[in-house]
Amino acid sequence: MLKFIKGHMTSIDGIEIFPVLSFVIFFSFFVAVTVWIYTMKKSKVDEIAHLPLENGNDYPFNKNSENEK
Amino acid sequence: MELEKFEYDNAIVKNFIIASAVFGLVGMLVGLIVASQLAFADFFNDNFLLKYISYGRIRPLHTNAVIFAFVGNGIFAGVYYSLPRLLKAPMWSKALSNLNFWGWQFIIVCAAVTLPLGMTTGKEYAELEWWIDILIALIWVAFGVNMFMTIIKRRERHLYVAIWFYIGTFITVAMLHIVNSFELPISFMKSYSWYAGVQDALVQWWYGHNAVAFFLTTPYLGLMYYFIPKAANRPVFSYRLSIVHFWALIFLYIWAGPHHLLYTALPDWAQTLGVAFSVMLIAPSWGGMLNGLLTLRGAWDRVRDDAVLKFMVVALTCYGMATFEGPLLSIKSVNAVGHYTDWIVGHVHIGGLGWNGFLTFGMLYYLIPKMWNTKLYSQSLANTHFWIGTLGIILYALPLYWAGFAQSLMWEEFTAEGALAYPNFLETVTQIQGMYQLRVLGGLLYFTGAGVMVYNLMKTAAQGTFAATEADQAPALPVTYTPSTNEYWHRVIERKPIQMLVFSLVVVAIGGIFEIIPTFLIKSNVPTITSVKPYTPLELEGRDLYIREGCYTCHSQMIRPFRSEVVRYDPVDQEYSKAGEFVYDHPFQWGSKRTGPDLHRVGNKYPDSWHFNHMLDPRTMSPGSIMPAYPWLLEDNIDYEMLPKKISAMQTLGVPYAEGYAERAIADAQAQAQKIVDNLAGDKIKTDKDKEIVALIAYLQRLGTDIKNKDLTK
Repeated sequence: MLKFIKGHMTSIDGIEIFPVLSFVIFFSFFVAVTVWIYTMKKSKVDEIAHLPLENGNDYPFNKNSENEK
Repeated sequence: MELEKFEYDNAIVKNFIIASAVFGLVGMLVGLIVASQLAFADFFNDNFLLKYISYGRIRPLHTNAVIFAFVGNGIFAGVYYSLPRLLKAPMWSKALSNLNFWGWQFIIVCAAVTLPLGMTTGKEYAELEWWIDILIALIWVAFGVNMFMTIIKRRERHLYVAIWFYIGTFITVAMLHIVNSFELPISFMKSYSWYAGVQDALVQWWYGHNAVAFFLTTPYLGLMYYFIPKAANRPVFSYRLSIVHFWALIFLYIWAGPHHLLYTALPDWAQTLGVAFSVMLIAPSWGGMLNGLLTLRGAWDRVRDDAVLKFMVVALTCYGMATFEGPLLSIKSVNAVGHYTDWIVGHVHIGGLGWNGFLTFGMLYYLIPKMWNTKLYSQSLANTHFWIGTLGIILYALPLYWAGFAQSLMWEEFTAEGALAYPNFLETVTQIQGMYQLRVLGGLLYFTGAGVMVYNLMKTAAQGTFAATEADQAPALPVTYTPSTNEYWHRVIERKPIQMLVFSLVVVAIGGIFEIIPTFLIKSNVPTITSVKPYTPLELEGRDLYIREGCYTCHSQMIRPFRSEVVRYDPVDQEYSKAGEFVYDHPFQWGSKRTGPDLHRVGNKYPDSWHFNHMLDPRTMSPGSIMPAYPWLLEDNIDYEMLPKKISAMQTLGVPYAEGYAERAIADAQAQAQKIVDNLAGDKIKTDKDKEIVALIAYLQRLGTDIKNKDLTK
């Protein structure tokens, strides 16, 4: 099976360009993400950042009187 | 808008928490035992000489237990708790949740049975045999399906950053596990890696490093981004930074693997690539750490008396330390000092004990009072745990840093006359015995702390009432969504989880392929050496015993091109290890740690009788040695009947044995064994050709000798 893979890869014309292409894809995606993040609206960012706190941000529980025994 | 009512399943979270705590204690206990075996070798050799608890077999048990059982169950506990709450939807399938839980525990039990029995693939952190690998893949997919279906059925449009980390974890771990586990089974108990030598090493460390990245780091970062805001009661310091953190990490991590193979026979371009990406990794890692710590701004007073926050602060600090050390150790000149020494062991334990351990503890101290509707049984016990745990980490790591530097400097020191200052490797081992003993103390403290925590949490659970479900309500997402006209493209991806799954898989796969394909493509990357021939059947059998006993956990087979190494390990010919010497090694056995000396040129260095006596009791040949004895090798029989199968398997993998050689394998092996038996008889040692020791001697005497057949080398 490995031989099968090896054989096929060498038979692809111009495969040397693949690594360079992958780097370009990676890098431009990364740059695009960064641009997107820094142009996001502040209100939207705050809204998402508060998601973990939405269902009951009651911590620390030990200050919660109904739990005191 | 109409609110829909639904319930989160806490029972599954509880199960994973119990499993994580129990297997955590077990994994740490096994760690204590292996550390003691090195620190008090004589005691173990004299009193506990049992093959099933031999160092080479249970060190993999320790690493697997801690990584996949303790941290693995910790990941599932955290994900099954946070994911539904962040998505405002219960987990999609209870059946899949339960399959995930029981399947994972079954895998752990299989590992706990097979590793002490010596069933191992011989690849670090991927030791489990082929059928367990298949189970792991299936259970992991069950987890992934459950997660993605929950994402699809969600009631919250935005995916919080923690979920991104979970998705990245799922995809990458699946890919790494499958690619690294390509192996050819020859029986229920035994398989051979598809890859050989340099290729196997590259795939293995691409897997090994990314197991650290995507099993021990990214899922825990997801948990960090959920539980720190929860415990600090404020949103993350910078949500924007958390997204950059995520993309930069997965962008960089996947290429960093070769830094485990610096100065080895790996092609130079791959080594340099690994160094460059590893050094860059410090940026997102420290960005993430600071993001976590700064989340506590305005809440630092609470760190003083809140156990959850204390554990999380130390966890983040250790994450920062480990990710500073990582890039540092990836620089070639630093790596030359640190590689193969205890520095690396100290480094990974800052990550394991500090980052993974303390974050898990923090999470448990948060979750158990929460799910049992009570408060923590004892804050002071939690504080005790915190302090002895922290002291344990320090007492664990510092002695090993010291030991690592001391040993490395001793390896490299030459006298004014140009000879090695410490020509006997053993001197460099006995020198650091005290450090090994201190390390046991550190481990013991940490383990005791974990025990205190389990007691505290059990008392907490006993005083509360467990809520198996938690009710919540939220409006359903509108079926048709009209995007605003100036919507960003990233938001579009975010809304389409399946497309995002495929897209991220492609992105990660490209990184992996880039690193691996060239070695498949370019023949010149692994120059062939004409004098290097396949192993004889008996040597192959001996090699399997070497793998079974986990010799690679203490011995490398990779002499780096340094004067100090070639003079030490090959004083006559001074040959370092060449890529072409490993082309028939399925799997490669380069190792990553030298608790004992390198063995790549051990062939023909000592007489057969030396090896025989040394395996019976290493201390007779090397007084003061901390190596375990292997008396069972002298008593157990070689399974000659398996040899034809093993030879055919090697032929399938491309090892050039002559057509039909499999049928002659047994006769050939027995003839070679008889020669060794006769040779031993000359030194007044009586054994017979059926004993395993004979095969092991055959393998050890072959190691690294092919290159010396000058007549055959062009």
